[in-house]
Amino acid sequence: MSDQPMRATPMVVAVDVHKYFGALHALDGISLEIAPAEILCIIGPSGSGKSTFLRCINQLERIDGGAIWVDGALAGYRRVGDALHPLTDGEIARQRLSSGMVFQRFNLFAHMTALENVIEGPVVVQKRRKSEAIEAALALLERVGLAEKRDAYPAELSGGQQQRVAIARALAMKPRLMLFDEPTSALDPELVGEVLAVMRDLAASRMTMIVVTHELGFAREVANRVVFMDGGRIVEEGAPQDILATPRHQRTKEFISAVLP
Amino acid sequence: MTGGNDSAASPYSVAHLRHVGRPHWGRWLAAVLILLAFAAIVQAFVEGQIAWHVVAQFLTAQAILSGLVNTVLMTFWAMAFGIVLGVLFAIMRMSPNPVLRSVSVFYIWFFRGTPLLLQLLLWFNLALILPRLGIPGIGWLRTVDVITPFVATLLGLGINQGAYTAEVVRGGILSVDSGQSEAAKTIGMTRLTTLRRIILPQAMRVILPPIGNEVISMVKLTSLASVIQYAEILRNAQTIYFANARVIELLIVAAFWYLAVVTILSIGQYFIEKRFSRGGGDRGAGPAAPRQT
Repeated sequence: MSDQPMRATPMVVAVDVHKYFGALHALDGISLEIAPAEILCIIGPSGSGKSTFLRCINQLERIDGGAIWVDGALAGYRRVGDALHPLTDGEIARQRLSSGMVFQRFNLFAHMTALENVIEGPVVVQKRRKSEAIEAALALLERVGLAEKRDAYPAELSGGQQQRVAIARALAMKPRLMLFDEPTSALDPELVGEVLAVMRDLAASRMTMIVVTHELGFAREVANRVVFMDGGRIVEEGAPQDILATPRHQRTKEFISAVLP
Repeated sequence: MTGGNDSAASPYSVAHLRHVGRPHWGRWLAAVLILLAFAAIVQAFVEGQIAWHVVAQFLTAQAILSGLVNTVLMTFWAMAFGIVLGVLFAIMRMSPNPVLRSVSVFYIWFFRGTPLLLQLLLWFNLALILPRLGIPGIGWLRTVDVITPFVATLLGLGINQGAYTAEVVRGGILSVDSGQSEAAKTIGMTRLTTLRRIILPQAMRVILPPIGNEVISMVKLTSLASVIQYAEILRNAQTIYFANARVIELLIVAAFWYLAVVTILSIGQYFIEKRFSRGGGDRGAGPAAPRQT
């Protein structure tokens, strides 16, 4: 995959990815390519495997078949001839640095202030100087509109504010790719807008983004491509206006008419 | 019904009403009864055959104070050893490595399953099993020289404490939301860094109250070491009363010092727990004061 000379290296290449949870076939042969600076939205009903696929990209889940390349590196394995040797804990941790992730339930470190959350990775993992990390973190908090909340603990922040700190925390690692796992699903309706605004700003900066979302409005406006998943498979994919306005498959039509008011 | 306040005739006017405290007859009665019982106990002790001047005399005796120091030192070292072992075995117990997991399960099973007094006697008599200790090619020592009463007590109390602490620490680790370690992974942390930086600091809130309890319990468990000749406060009190036959007086002296140490520790526990509850959402003190970073 990575030796096609005519094109830029794809940011993510997934080939026939399978994942089982016990007897449940959660991912049933997912193949997908994401180009640098592309913004891909994955939509689909709950249980369709869209979050699982996202978690496989940064190896929060181990895949049971197929392979995923992230930023040119085979995820989780070292290939020696035709044998795939699993990477160590430390090597997997290093691979994860190419992607940042934002969770549905924010998962800010509860014992750290907003600023401490953002500098934790740069200082502890990347061994950057603390003063530099603080400077960069303050700029990121400014960018997500929370500079004045630097010393607040997560419990003192609203859901929307926590999610914006979580985005700053992920960006502080300078990832090549950002993964969003239903970033607005746990938010009160009036807080969704502030998080989507930060994501729009990020999209405008040509960050590669994969967004699992129910916000079809956001997908229509920001995405380059929309993928509809159901039952662990990709049912259809295409430009947002095509998928959202004139879906071809019956399942896609049902889903979109159920989600849109 | 409007303007109720001006119209005194209205059954709904409330301005002139006042609250009257409920009488607490039961509390007064209980207080009187308990005071009477307490007075009776105090009188019994004052009139009983306790030579209080002997208690006062031995309260600060050299042997008692050195026993007190030994009790406090042993509590500290045994607890420190126990916590190190407890964290280590809790992490092993949750490791993906099945060998480490089994070793930890065996350790906890064995040392929680046998009486502490028996374990102390076993360590003290280790020379009966292994006359010499050492590493082949490096050197050997006679076991009786190595296993002093201090070392036997430290091993016995520390290793036993470790088995309990391991379970407390494991419970604390399990209490931390799994999203925390997932978030740590996504910023590139390894398993052990995640434990050290993210999981253990948050588990502390759950771990500390029972550990505080066990420190207090340890103060008193050190008295078991009196049977293997460790010169802690109870053993020194016994040594004195074997000589002067003032049994009760010296037991009161020892009890006084145990209570004093436990009281100080209880106060310390309160402040340590407060320190580690930060970010918990229910700190009571409102928003955290801004800190210089």
